[in-house]
Amino acid sequence: MSEMSVDGSKRRFLVAMSAAVGGVAAVGAATPFVASLMPSARALAAGAPVEVNISKLEPGMIVTVEWRGKPVWVVHRTPEMLAMLAKHDDRLTDPNSMDDQQPEYCKNPARAIKPEYFVGVGICTHLGCSPNFRPEIAPADLGSDWPGGFFCPCHGSRYDLASRVFKGSPAPKNMVVPPYKYLSDSKILVGEDHKA
Amino acid sequence: MEKVISWLDARFPLTASYKAHLSEYFAPKNFNFWYYFGSLALLVLVIQIVTGIFLTMNYKPDANLAFASVEYIMRDVPLGWLIRYTHSTGASAFFIVVYLHMFRGLIYGSFRQPRELIWIFGMLIYLCLMGEAFFGYLLPWGQMSYWGAQVIVNLFSTVPLVGDSLSTLIRGDFVVSDATLNRFFALHVIAMPLVLVGLIAAHLVALHEVGSNNPDGVEIKKHKGENGHPLDGIPFHPYYTVKDILGVTVFLIVFTSILFFAPEMGGYFLEANNFIPADSLKTPMHIAPVWYFTPYYAILRAVPPLLGSQFPGVAAMGVSVMIFFALPWLDRSPVKSIRYRGPKFKFALTLFVIAFLGLGFLGTQAPSPTYTLISRILSVVYFLFFLLMPWYTKNDSYKTEPERVTDK
Repeated sequence: MSEMSVDGSKRRFLVAMSAAVGGVAAVGAATPFVASLMPSARALAAGAPVEVNISKLEPGMIVTVEWRGKPVWVVHRTPEMLAMLAKHDDRLTDPNSMDDQQPEYCKNPARAIKPEYFVGVGICTHLGCSPNFRPEIAPADLGSDWPGGFFCPCHGSRYDLASRVFKGSPAPKNMVVPPYKYLSDSKILVGEDHKA
Repeated sequence: MEKVISWLDARFPLTASYKAHLSEYFAPKNFNFWYYFGSLALLVLVIQIVTGIFLTMNYKPDANLAFASVEYIMRDVPLGWLIRYTHSTGASAFFIVVYLHMFRGLIYGSFRQPRELIWIFGMLIYLCLMGEAFFGYLLPWGQMSYWGAQVIVNLFSTVPLVGDSLSTLIRGDFVVSDATLNRFFALHVIAMPLVLVGLIAAHLVALHEVGSNNPDGVEIKKHKGENGHPLDGIPFHPYYTVKDILGVTVFLIVFTSILFFAPEMGGYFLEANNFIPADSLKTPMHIAPVWYFTPYYAILRAVPPLLGSQFPGVAAMGVSVMIFFALPWLDRSPVKSIRYRGPKFKFALTLFVIAFLGLGFLGTQAPSPTYTLISRILSVVYFLFFLLMPWYTKNDSYKTEPERVTDK
């Protein structure tokens, strides 16, 4: 047997080719499994817009609605709250909303269509927790320079009442403002704007 | 009986396997307390598999039913609470035992040549165990389950470029939802246990090929008697099976005490918030992972965002786990066991233990400026233990290793 000559290079070529073809087949066979992990048609369809009635929302109060499985806040900001917003620009990471975290029509200091009503997705841009609404000024646990805002309990990210993140927070960006529009003075539709 | 055995032996290596792994597997005669934890880990694995199988008989992996089905197990299934608490206590016990098992490897140099592969298999088992614990923790569908999963899955979304698609792929939805719960259930009860059992088999096969290390860190195979067996070795069975039975007894006393008297362990084994059903609109006031993940969690929180990205923190956390893989190649000392190592290694190891435990504590606490500062310092210590290891193990003073194992 040992005298029989083996064409080593042909054998290596055949092994390499079989491995390559087998590899392609493996990728092909894996495709349906990976595809099945992506969001299903039902999950994709669950993004319908949500209507919020704000006529009973007192100044200083917040209401949370669910849109695409995420909490969306509507805050009725008081004139004092709006005045506070302008006083801490130097402590913010992105005071002028340069990052693409809001629709074009909310790229203003209040990050809202009407300054007194703030609409925002209540998901921290750090790791996806939902921050707490802490409108009080300078509470004991948040320090004397707290102007009222949102505090994330998970990792301590701080946002003001326009969801703009304070420097030194683990969160890198301001929280998202979803597309929305006013259906009337007392009704907001979250998830759809005039462009759509 | 002999006939049956010889019939079997002609068709399956029954006696041969029994000899190779038990009656003629020669283990060093100087094993001490630290050598209980390998067999205990195996015991806990069996406990988890058996209780897990029985839990799946009543559990429903459905976002609308999961929480209630766990409560059903706790209240209505006869002795269901016992099975469930055994499983949840077993999860923590698994990590306690595995951490002690790993620490044994660290102090006696069990990861050193020629046992690098055993160490690597062991690390893969550890990773697998972390996955198993993480997937399992979502299943009760409580507040901690939900928000814990939300945070961990979002870790992947910080990966540059592909992050968002990656986290969507993991969840199967844009938020943690029924799809996520269902697939985590599949991974927890089928995929991960299968991989885990395979890795444990590889860990043991590799161990029995090379032979066990011992507290002196010397190779017993260097001195063999006329019969070819190591002079300092004794058969695993009956000598160490008897020893391990004692270990199992003591372990079960502790385990069942926790099980019956403190199954929640003051919120460390089962967190209070997890007795509230998952609510996707409200994050609990204080969220922290279960205790066995807290050292890494503290490292995650300690790293500030760089260039508008949280990825550095996530990367640091990943590296803090993965760096254990490199241990066999970081350690340059001429001896294995801490008994013959010098003061530099002992000092470094002490600092590392303080850092690991300290980070573990800080990870359970709410963030505050002081705690963040301490966790930054401890994170640096944690990494320096590994990064400086080639230097301080090379330039340390050593005692001479004995030729044979000692009787201490």
